[in-house]
Amino acid sequence: MNALQVKNLSVAYEEKVVLKNVNLAIPVGRLTGIIGPNGAGKSTLIKAILNQLPNKSGAVHILERPLNSKDHTVGYVPQRNAVDWDFPTNALDVVLMGRYGHIGMIKKPSTKDKQIAMDCLKNVGMETFADRSIGQLSGGQQQRVFLARALAQEAEVYFMDEPFVGVDAATERTIIAILKDLKAKGKSVFVVHHDLQTASDYFDWMILLNQTITASGPTELTFTEDNLQEAYGGKLFFMDQAKSNKTFN
Amino acid sequence: MLTGNLLWVLVGAILLGIAAGLNGTFAFLQKQSLVGDAAAHAALPGIAIAYLIFQQKDLPILMLGAAITSALAVYMIQWIVGHSKLKADAAIGFVLSVFFGIGIVLLTIVNQTGAGNQSGLNDFIFGKAATMAKSDLVWLSSSALLIILMCLLFFKEWKLMIFDPVFAKGIGLPVERLRVLLTALTVLTIVTGIQAVGIILMSAMLIIPAAAARFWSNHLGIILVTSAFFGALSGALGTIVSSFRTGLSTGPIIVLCAASLFLISYFFAPTRGLISKSLKKKAFKQRNVAKEATNHE
Ligand SMILES: Nc1ncnc2c1ncn2[C@@H]1O[C@H](COP(=O)(O)OP(=O)(O)OP(=O)(O)O)[C@@H](O)[C@H]1O
Ligand SMILES: [Mg+2]
Repeated sequence: MNALQVKNLSVAYEEKVVLKNVNLAIPVGRLTGIIGPNGAGKSTLIKAILNQLPNKSGAVHILERPLNSKDHTVGYVPQRNAVDWDFPTNALDVVLMGRYGHIGMIKKPSTKDKQIAMDCLKNVGMETFADRSIGQLSGGQQQRVFLARALAQEAEVYFMDEPFVGVDAATERTIIAILKDLKAKGKSVFVVHHDLQTASDYFDWMILLNQTITASGPTELTFTEDNLQEAYGGKLFFMDQAKSNKTFN
Repeated sequence: MLTGNLLWVLVGAILLGIAAGLNGTFAFLQKQSLVGDAAAHAALPGIAIAYLIFQQKDLPILMLGAAITSALAVYMIQWIVGHSKLKADAAIGFVLSVFFGIGIVLLTIVNQTGAGNQSGLNDFIFGKAATMAKSDLVWLSSSALLIILMCLLFFKEWKLMIFDPVFAKGIGLPVERLRVLLTALTVLTIVTGIQAVGIILMSAMLIIPAAAARFWSNHLGIILVTSAFFGALSGALGTIVSSFRTGLSTGPIIVLCAASLFLISYFFAPTRGLISKSLKKKAFKQRNVAKEATNHE
């Protein structure tokens, strides 16, 4: 079964075409890295998959179904600048939002939902910040809270837009451990990632993207110098070093 | 002192204040407060047209006319923002003034027709709660109760929709429909309030209690309750004070009450108020100075 299938997806903002003819088929249970330079359309790809953009053509299937059917949930961690940090809500409350899909419209969260939310906060080491308003958390802490919210969804497929940006080494290790744990449980996880040094360690599947798909497939087949140079438009100077560090898992 | 009708007016004003306080908080957080202002001004042509067509001033008919032009204005703002290079502020300013201009022209026509002078439509500009008929107050109160009920029902969904719409969609919330519902309720709130508070100042009932309540807490639930309380208090005070003197409009008094509550909140609110913030800063500095001093010993 495919976790994600995209057929002939194209996206334009106003006149400008940002994604051209994207085709993807990624099996269930992979930890997939979405790699490409700034402005390549990585965030746009996720938003298009999540049905957020009006100007798109093509078909997207998640777990073989179109997204708007409500019988499954998709986990999502937005890029940091995508939410209003001054919004009056606290860490636990945000994590609880991950349960809304299970709770259903109009109904109130049960004590069990609150318990799950608290457990997820613990999972990312943020339980002592449960009552802190989100605007008063550090960038890395905010990132962890969003990860906890995604965990609380108990989804099958996750999309995360740069979850490692602005976090310290310890937090990055915590997050990657959680991602690998999700994968071990058979979930499919898609992560936008910028650090080419660590990419091949973290992911067993890769999507290299720059407006069009440069390559998509198992890391050992796709994470090659040629593909990377193509995706980054020949602007990579540190490739030799990255290659010498390469350790496939 | 509280005669029969004034009691009704008071109940209506309090319910209206609560409804506007709740609905206004969501609009405020969505940064849509000014759209509410445009929607309120755009009610005027609708009222005048409804009066010209039906030649009577039954509140439900006028409310319907107001709702149609208000909703049209909101739709036009969204259309302009979506289909042109104009930003929201310019689109709002444009739509507000055009609709209000048309409204004033139509109102002049109404006033020149035979019965026009007695139509009382002029009261819609600044609002006259104290002289509202009991049947009108029944309409106002039930409409306000409906708004309050909807705000309580969709509290959780609107919170998520405003905070993080992409995520909301991801978990299967009907984000578009929720957004339309919230906008529709904002229009309903305005239409409900214009006779009592007036077209020009109705948006203040949506904006000021919400903005004042924001100083009191970082918790949406508490902000909503505070905003509803402020709205109710301003509504009640405004109605009572304006009933003391004939000729005194309700809208301006309500706004003055709300603005006083805002100022009190701005300075004295414990969480985000100015004084509490500077006190915290001072305490922090003193602690550090004390620490430094002990370090030097
Ligand atoms: N709302 C928008 N309106 C117009 N153009 C946009 C919009 N959002 C993104 N773009 C453009 O689309 C292109 C792709 O943007 P996107 O955010 O998907 O890039 P990205 O790969 O996520 O980049 P980054 O690594 O910087 O996050 C960019 O050229 C950007 O300027
Ligand atoms: Mg991005």
